Amino acid sequence: MPPMNSTIRVLSPTGPSRRRAFAAAGLAAVVAVAIAACGGGSSSSSGSPMKDGFSQAPQKSGALTVWVDSTRVPAAQAYQKAHPNVKLHIVTYDGDANGTNSLQTKVDLFNRTGSGWPDVVFSTQQNETTWAVSAGFTAPLNEGLIPQSTLSNFATGSLGVCTVSGKVYCLRNDLAQAVLWYNAALMQKWGYQVPTTWPQYEALGLKVASQHPGYLVGSAGDPWTPEIYMWASQCQGSDITGPRSVMVDVTEPNCTRMASLLDALIKVGSMSKLSVFSTAFNKNEKGKVLMLPGPAWYGGAIFDTTSGLNVPKGQIAVGPIPQWPGSSTVSTGNVGGGTWLLSAHTAHLTQAVNFITWVTGNNAWQDSLTPGYPAYVPAAKVWLVHQLSSGYYVGNPAAVLQQAAGQVWTGWNYGKWSNEAVWAATIGPGLTAGKTIVSMLPAWQTAITNYATSDGYTVSK
Amino acid sequence: MRKSPEAGPAGARSLSTFRPVSAGHLFVAGYVVLLAAFGVVPTAYGIYFAFSNAGNTFAGLSNFIGAYRDFRYLPAVEHVALYELIWLVTLVVFVTGLAIVLQQLPLRRVSRLTRFLYYIPGSLAGAASVMVWLFMLDPTVSPAAPLLRLLGYGTFGQVIEPGHLAILFVMIAFWTGAGGWIVVMFGALNNIPLDIIDAARIDGAGGWGIARRVQIPMLRKWIVYMVILAFAGGTQLFVEPQLISEASLGVAGRDFSLTQLSYDFAFQNNNVNYASAISVELLVLCVVVAALFVTRSRFFDAS
Repeated sequence: MPPMNSTIRVLSPTGPSRRRAFAAAGLAAVVAVAIAACGGGSSSSSGSPMKDGFSQAPQKSGALTVWVDSTRVPAAQAYQKAHPNVKLHIVTYDGDANGTNSLQTKVDLFNRTGSGWPDVVFSTQQNETTWAVSAGFTAPLNEGLIPQSTLSNFATGSLGVCTVSGKVYCLRNDLAQAVLWYNAALMQKWGYQVPTTWPQYEALGLKVASQHPGYLVGSAGDPWTPEIYMWASQCQGSDITGPRSVMVDVTEPNCTRMASLLDALIKVGSMSKLSVFSTAFNKNEKGKVLMLPGPAWYGGAIFDTTSGLNVPKGQIAVGPIPQWPGSSTVSTGNVGGGTWLLSAHTAHLTQAVNFITWVTGNNAWQDSLTPGYPAYVPAAKVWLVHQLSSGYYVGNPAAVLQQAAGQVWTGWNYGKWSNEAVWAATIGPGLTAGKTIVSMLPAWQTAITNYATSDGYTVSK
Repeated sequence: MRKSPEAGPAGARSLSTFRPVSAGHLFVAGYVVLLAAFGVVPTAYGIYFAFSNAGNTFAGLSNFIGAYRDFRYLPAVEHVALYELIWLVTLVVFVTGLAIVLQQLPLRRVSRLTRFLYYIPGSLAGAASVMVWLFMLDPTVSPAAPLLRLLGYGTFGQVIEPGHLAILFVMIAFWTGAGGWIVVMFGALNNIPLDIIDAARIDGAGGWGIARRVQIPMLRKWIVYMVILAFAGGTQLFVEPQLISEASLGVAGRDFSLTQLSYDFAFQNNNVNYASAISVELLVLCVVVAALFVTRSRFFDAS
C-alpha cells in the first residue's frame, strides 16, 4: 500500500549519491570494520537462550525503536500517548512503498554489521516474509510471544502473508480488499445503475464516454492496476505454489478478458491512464470521477482528503466489485494492507510485543484514526461504525467492505519481487505510448518470469 | 677536507635528513585517512567480493558471467553507453564553446554575471538538483509546461518515455555539472598568455580563428581532464534514474544504469557478489579509458 501522501514517495532520504552508490557494498564493509573495531559487533546466534521459538538477544532497558511510514506516524504517537512511561524512538522511512525494498536494504547492512536493527517495523508491503524470515530478521509470533486468542481475532486469511510453514512472522495492520467506489449523486442524476458484472461495467464506461465525455469510470495508470483488475478477474498473474516456485500465465482468458475491457475503456477515454496519486490526476480529474474500482483505503486516501480529489460529503458510495458472469466464485483483488514486523534481535522484547499487539488491536489508532480497514476484527467493527457516523459516505459502506474482506481471490499471492514494480515498468510506458494492454501481455509474462527467476524462483506456466 | 659553509655538526645533519613533519603532511594526512577508509578499503573489499561467492570461497569469474547473463545487464550497458556518448559530446562542445564565448565577451560585467549564473546549479547538492527537474519535467506543475506541451507532451508519463531517458539524464547532468567545468575552462583560458593571442590577432585571426587555432589546442589537456572525470561520473549514473523511477512510481528509470543494477543485485536479490562484479567492471573500464586518454594526449608531458 502506497503512502497516503503522494509527495512523500518522491523524496528518498535513503538514496546514495551517485559516486557513493558505486561503492555501496564497499561502504557497508567499512562500516562493518569500524563497528567491529569499536567492539559493537555481536552475534545473537551463539549462546543466546532459545525461547518462544527463536534465539533471543540479551534483554536491556532503553528506548524502543519503531520504524513507520509517514501515514503510520500517528499510530506510534497514539501509542506514546497511551503509554507515557515507555521511551519510544520513532523513525520515519518510506515504508517500502511501491517495492522500494529499503527495509531489506537496511536489514542486509545491519546483518553485516551485527547491530542497528529496529525493534518494530511497519511495512506497506505484504511480501516482507519472503526475505525477512531467511534473513533471520523477524521473530515468530505464534510460538509464545502472542497468545492464539489474540491472533485468532485477525480477519480470516489476513495473516496468510505473514505465515511461513505454520509460523506467523508479522501482524496485519489493515486489509485492502478492492471494491467499487462510485459517486452516488452523479449516478442518480444521470440515471445510471451501479454495475454488478464486468460486461455491465464496460457498457456503462462506453456510455459515459459518449454521454458525458471527460468523466471517468476507473483508472489504469497505477502500479497496482493489476492488483485491482487482474486479481479480481482471477488472472494467473502471481500464483505462488511453493517457497521458490510460481505459476504465471497472463495470456490465458481470465487475463485477456480484463485486458480487453481496460483497453476498450482507455480507447474511449473513460478509463484514465494517470496514477490516482499524480498531480495531473488531482488537478484534472477533480469532480470527474464517476466510478473508481480500488482498495478499501481509496476512501480516505483519495476521495475524502484535501490532498486528493476532496469530494464533498454525501456523494461517495461503495459497491461490491463487479464479477464475471459464469464465474463459480465471487472474487476481488487486494492492494496492499500493511504489516508490522517484530525484530528477532530486539533487546526490548516485552515492550516490542506490547507495542505490536497494541498498534494492531483495539485502540484509539485502529478504531478511528487509521485510513485503512483494520485487519483486527474487533477494531474493524468500531472503525466501520466510526466511518458510518462521519456521514461522509452514502449508504452503508461497512456491509460492502466487510463482505469484500472475505472475497479476496486466493490464487494471487506475493513473491519476493514486486508485482507493482514489474507492471509499472513493463506496461506503464507502453500505455502512455498508446499501446493496448492486450498487446503487452506477452511482455508482461516475460518480465514477471525474468524478475521471479532472478530472485531464485522456478517459473512454470 | 673542505667543509661547506652550510654544513653544521654531525647531529644537525642527521636531523636535516630526518625531515620533520611539515604542515603539508598534516594537510595531506586527513585526505589519506579518508581515501583509505572510503576509497581504497571499499575498493579492495569490492574486488574480494567480486571474486568470491556467498560462502566466501574463490569463485573465479563466475560472478561476472552470472551478472552478464542477467536479463537486465545488456540493456543497462546499452543505456549507459548511449548516455555516455551524448553526455561527453554535449559536455565537450558546450563547455568549451561557452567558456570561449565568455572569455571573448567584450563586457566584463556581463561575463562575470554569466559565469555566476552558470555556476549556481552546481552549488545545489546532487539529489536536490534532480528534484528540481522532477518538477520541471511534469507538465502539470512545470514552469516550462507550455514548452513541453508545444513538444507534444501533456503528461509526466509522456515526457519520461523510455526513448527520452538518456537525453533527459544528460540535460539534468549538464545543468548540475557543466557550470563548474565552464568556470574551470574559463580560468584555463585566462592562463593563455596574452602575447600569444595578440600575435594571432596581428596575424589576422578573428575571434573564431583564435578559438580554433590558439585557445582550443591550448585547452587540450583541460578537455582531456574533463573527459576522464566526466566519463567516470557518467558510468556511475545513479541518482537521476533512481529518482525518476521513484517519482514515476517505477514506470521509468528502473534498472536503467549499471550502478542501479548493482544496487539491485546487492539489496534486492541479496547478491553482493554480482553487485561487486559490476562495480569492478566499471572500475576497470574507467581506468582503461583514463589510461588511453592520458597516453594518447600526452597528458603528463610538460608543455
